[in-house]
Amino acid sequence: MFPTPIERRSIALQRMYKTALPIAMIMWLLPLIAVALTSIRSAGDITAGNYWGWPTSFNLVQNYSDIFTNTPLGNYMWNSVRVTIPTVIGTLALSCMSGFALAVYKFKGNMLVFFMFVAGNFVPFQILMVPVRDLTLQMGLYNSVTGLALFHIAFQTGFCTLFMRNFIRSLPVELIEAARVEGVKEWRIFWFIILPLMRPAIAALAVLIFTFIWNDYFWATVLTQGAESQPVTAGLYSLNGQWVAAWHLVSAGSIVAALPPVAIFFLLQKHFIAGLTLGAVK
Amino acid sequence: MSTSRFNQRSIAPVLFLAPAILFFMFYVIFPIFQSMQISLYDWDGLGEKTYVGMDNYVELMDDEAFYTSLKNNVIWLILYMLAIPAGLFIALFLNQTVFGMRLYKSLFFFPFVISQVVVGLVFTWFYDPSFGLLNVILGWFGLGPVTILGDETWVTYGIIFAGLWPQTAYCMILYITGLNAVDPEQIEAGRLDNAKGWNMLWYIILPQLKPATFIAIVVTVIGALRSFDLVSIMTAGGPWGSSRVLAFYMYEKAFSEYGFRMGYGAAIAVILFLIMMIYITFFLVKMYRDEKGR
Repeated sequence: MFPTPIERRSIALQRMYKTALPIAMIMWLLPLIAVALTSIRSAGDITAGNYWGWPTSFNLVQNYSDIFTNTPLGNYMWNSVRVTIPTVIGTLALSCMSGFALAVYKFKGNMLVFFMFVAGNFVPFQILMVPVRDLTLQMGLYNSVTGLALFHIAFQTGFCTLFMRNFIRSLPVELIEAARVEGVKEWRIFWFIILPLMRPAIAALAVLIFTFIWNDYFWATVLTQGAESQPVTAGLYSLNGQWVAAWHLVSAGSIVAALPPVAIFFLLQKHFIAGLTLGAVK
Repeated sequence: MSTSRFNQRSIAPVLFLAPAILFFMFYVIFPIFQSMQISLYDWDGLGEKTYVGMDNYVELMDDEAFYTSLKNNVIWLILYMLAIPAGLFIALFLNQTVFGMRLYKSLFFFPFVISQVVVGLVFTWFYDPSFGLLNVILGWFGLGPVTILGDETWVTYGIIFAGLWPQTAYCMILYITGLNAVDPEQIEAGRLDNAKGWNMLWYIILPQLKPATFIAIVVTVIGALRSFDLVSIMTAGGPWGSSRVLAFYMYEKAFSEYGFRMGYGAAIAVILFLIMMIYITFFLVKMYRDEKGR
């Protein structure tokens, strides 16, 4: 292991390391800790400029129920769910199939199609913005969660196909060959042999896509407006404009918006990191 | 029987690929070309399009704001790279097996999981001149207050610093995974040869971390060129347009009160796309070589 395991060092150094660790962590998360603390302060503290002293009262329940009852934050959250879940399902369905096709079959143009997905995945969003907005308007899907989800499915398919194809390539080919010799139909090979083996990849991508889409802000502002369809990222930004100087509410809203991906991350950490670090180890 | 099997094997990939390709063509590939076409027109997004040839690009050449954005993009690109050594540093710091390490690692990774909107709000607040934490801390040393986000010289650096927070977390996790896979025998061999600290890191560890470094560079460049969210949330390009980047300037031109100039916006996007294309090509070439090498 590198660096040298701390157990092999002097006691003094071990003590130092163990003290440095929590201090470093607190410094690293300081901005977030500050937000969490502010989200339970009272409006009085905020106007009096008492940001860093002891709170005069703890308004945890009041602030958090405030943002749900007096603002459409609940709506925004629900919209995010309605965009994110179908996107995850749609993207996985498309990319499992396309990844399978690109990994298993040798045909002319295989590499070309694969590179199209890879390259498309890297393009700056701005080059798609005007046409995609226009398309969505023409289909009558502007300002709807469907319009937003459809675009996300298409775009994320690029990255997911890359991921799935490489994953399937690492599976033993003999499996497929053996099945073919037995006369198993191609779609059955996909469904009964490959798909069950893809579970770790599916889990990794599901977690990753959930986070990406939940946190998307750009497309939310381009394709939606108003509380009936805006996801929480865009919603939080418009609320921030209304809550001038109501930092306790902005903080509470930020925490609520950040919660779902954070929860998913902590629950499914292993899959999340597996997805993110694909390719980081040869 | 044998012909049907053969047919099945040539038709199957088409069927499996069709839905993904159709979606991707419709929403990603065609729009790229549409944007290129729109960039040759004068269009407000609703009415008639008027063909203007290269006029939008000619206008760009003389646009002060375009150069400011371009300059800021370069600053973003350069400074964002700091996330890579910073991530490596934290990964090395955390690559121990003391009690609770798993939790520490997840907490350090935290900033990457939350939305950039939240990161932007958190840092806007952190920089606030009257009560922000930064100025409180500066105050202890008798310095400040500084108005980072209201100062033309500092604003871009302030936003980049905010962006480095999640990006460093991302690079850190890549390196932690990479470090786990480093060959212990080579480290022991290095120790026998008396390699220590820097030498060990430079000659033995870093070469083995090459795949992690490659991915870290890829995602950091993309992150830097996609820097839209933070600019939009923290300053909306201000003060006086000094923190604009191409991605944001394009959005502003096309959709905001500055005028619904779709054609002009598309022209900016095409430039951004061409910059990105250099980099995409580089990536594809590397990938092609790797594939051939299999």
